[in-house]
Amino acid sequence: MFRAACETRRAQRLLLEALQEPEKLPGLPPADWELLLRVARRVRVLGRLESDLERAGLLEEIPERAAAHLRAARNVISHRNTLISWEVNRLLWALKGIDVPLILLKGTAYLLAELSPARGRIFADVDLLVPERRIGEIEERLVERGWFKTQIDPYDDRYYRVWMHEIPPLRHRERGTEIDIHHRLLPKTSHLKSDPESLFTAARPLADPQLHMLAPADMVLHALVHLFLEGDPDEGLRLRDLIDVHDLLCRFGEEPGFWSDLGPRARALGFERPLFYGLHHVQRLFGTPIPPDVLRGLEDAAPVWPIRQLMNRLIPLALLPGHPDYPSRWASVARWLIYVRAHWLRMPPGLLAKHLSHKAWLRFRGFRRRVDLAQLDLKQQ
Amino acid sequence: MIVGDLSRRELGKRLAGDGLALQLGPFNLTIRSNLDSFASLAHQLYEPYPLPDAEAISDFHVQISAPRGLRRWVRRQACFGVDGQFPFAPYTVEHAFPALEWGINWCVATRAHHLLLLHSAGVERNGRAILFPASPGHGKSTLCTALVHSGWRLLSDEFGVVRPEDGLLLPLPRLIPLKNESIEVIRKFRPEAIIGPSFLETRKGTVAHVQPPVNSIRRAQEPARPRWFVFPRWVADAPLTLEPIPKSQAFLMVATNAFNYEVLDEIAFRLVTEMVRSCDSYSLIYSDLDEAVSALDELSRTDDV
Repeated sequence: MFRAACETRRAQRLLLEALQEPEKLPGLPPADWELLLRVARRVRVLGRLESDLERAGLLEEIPERAAAHLRAARNVISHRNTLISWEVNRLLWALKGIDVPLILLKGTAYLLAELSPARGRIFADVDLLVPERRIGEIEERLVERGWFKTQIDPYDDRYYRVWMHEIPPLRHRERGTEIDIHHRLLPKTSHLKSDPESLFTAARPLADPQLHMLAPADMVLHALVHLFLEGDPDEGLRLRDLIDVHDLLCRFGEEPGFWSDLGPRARALGFERPLFYGLHHVQRLFGTPIPPDVLRGLEDAAPVWPIRQLMNRLIPLALLPGHPDYPSRWASVARWLIYVRAHWLRMPPGLLAKHLSHKAWLRFRGFRRRVDLAQLDLKQQ
Repeated sequence: MIVGDLSRRELGKRLAGDGLALQLGPFNLTIRSNLDSFASLAHQLYEPYPLPDAEAISDFHVQISAPRGLRRWVRRQACFGVDGQFPFAPYTVEHAFPALEWGINWCVATRAHHLLLLHSAGVERNGRAILFPASPGHGKSTLCTALVHSGWRLLSDEFGVVRPEDGLLLPLPRLIPLKNESIEVIRKFRPEAIIGPSFLETRKGTVAHVQPPVNSIRRAQEPARPRWFVFPRWVADAPLTLEPIPKSQAFLMVATNAFNYEVLDEIAFRLVTEMVRSCDSYSLIYSDLDEAVSALDELSRTDDV
């Protein structure tokens, strides 16, 4: 028990120090490298470490075996970058003639706008924000031009269409890349009010006239809302998303008016609580430079004292990976509580109870029907 | 130091404790298991494999263990884990050994993207290697097993591991899993071959593992230069043919028989282009192993002159 706690702390310390002070990595002993590689892989920051070391010109200074893992991560990332950029290119081709603004979200925006979070980050699929009334037209056109609606059961389809902030993902028939089309940042059922209209008016254009990205404050807020409200009970809160927030704050923090705009914008969109938590924890973990008056100005967005204390304990537990050989029961409980909280904020209690019991049923069934990859040939992965 | 230097007890202790460290060609592995049946087989079949230096970084931490909690008492199962994650449905405990072997391949195929991984068997003699790119079922493991018991050195029966920096093949001389009829074929071909127990009704039929000749395992850190591509196909009762094929065709067959050609993008294109340019490519149809082995011996001898 004691050893488990020590090892968990060691794993988390290694990870945070590597992210904060990559220039110290060349001095790391091999046993520490081994553990660092394992936890960094778990939270998908191998590419980030590679990029940090590359910038510092230190890739040659670390053990060759560790460098090989980082090279592997870099190769996967540059492959994904090519796929995502090409998918956006094809999207523009497919939607030619439909006069609608396309706002790129999350990783897709970081990549196409060449923002700092794109550095060493792995991208899964393309995320778009479009006006809700235009969705039918866009979806229809994409289906005509080679994308198909992924097979989901009627419950999930209804779940998406009636309650969610996005439609079920579309996948390209040959390329297999997925596109998530959003019409708002949070589910329609969420307690947090979120009016998408103002996002469109504030959006900034990218090189292609049809493509846009969210305004800086909105982009930070979206990253935070995504972090705190779209969890996974097993994965917990994605540390990778908090690193995005750190990068965005460092990058946009230098723009005049950004900090004075952030708080009021959060209140207008109903996102002051995620902003409060986000700024607090990003500063605590990564030492992000945040003007003190911005933090003070958000004090009234804090929850009551006991909740605040509880969340201060839960959030780091859910964010930081444990030691792979010593899974912690507390961390699992924290991840689950954060997941339930996210759902609580996403939908009213009655709906939540119904939805979670449906999910539980699926998990129960899925336990026996878990996809058996071992039957596939190795090549197909 | 090799696995055989450890007593059965010591090996069991390592497997159940911090893990047994193994060196498999370019990769270091740490294996954990709390299954006694697994430890016995590992002691026997991993016997000639080297242990890495104590200081060496381990690339993959894998385990094959009884499930946690209540489930361990309900059905006797074995779960494959890597870094504390369990990506696959549990196996019956009798199949723990092939499950771990398969899981290690899965780790290599999904993680080692710093290397180009062709889906290909490979053997070497006199510094020159033959690669056998083929889909499963074309008899590449069987042919490869026959060759390594006839004077060739095993590089791998599954992965053509190409180092991007110099285009050399890195050996990964793992146990060779033979399937179904192949097991008897090899027993007849070389009765002295060391073959582990047959695992019946696995997800790939009956599987038995051949231990590569000790020499191949000892020379696992010696890369080899590719010299030939031979695309094998086993056809019942067919007469042997070994015919040159055009480089354009060879290129497509190599590029489409790879685990991570797409991931490595331009690096992969350049590597495969260079390999196809410098290698001779043949298509091999065979039904009899002796004939196939002598045809390939002959091919390599013509190169010596």
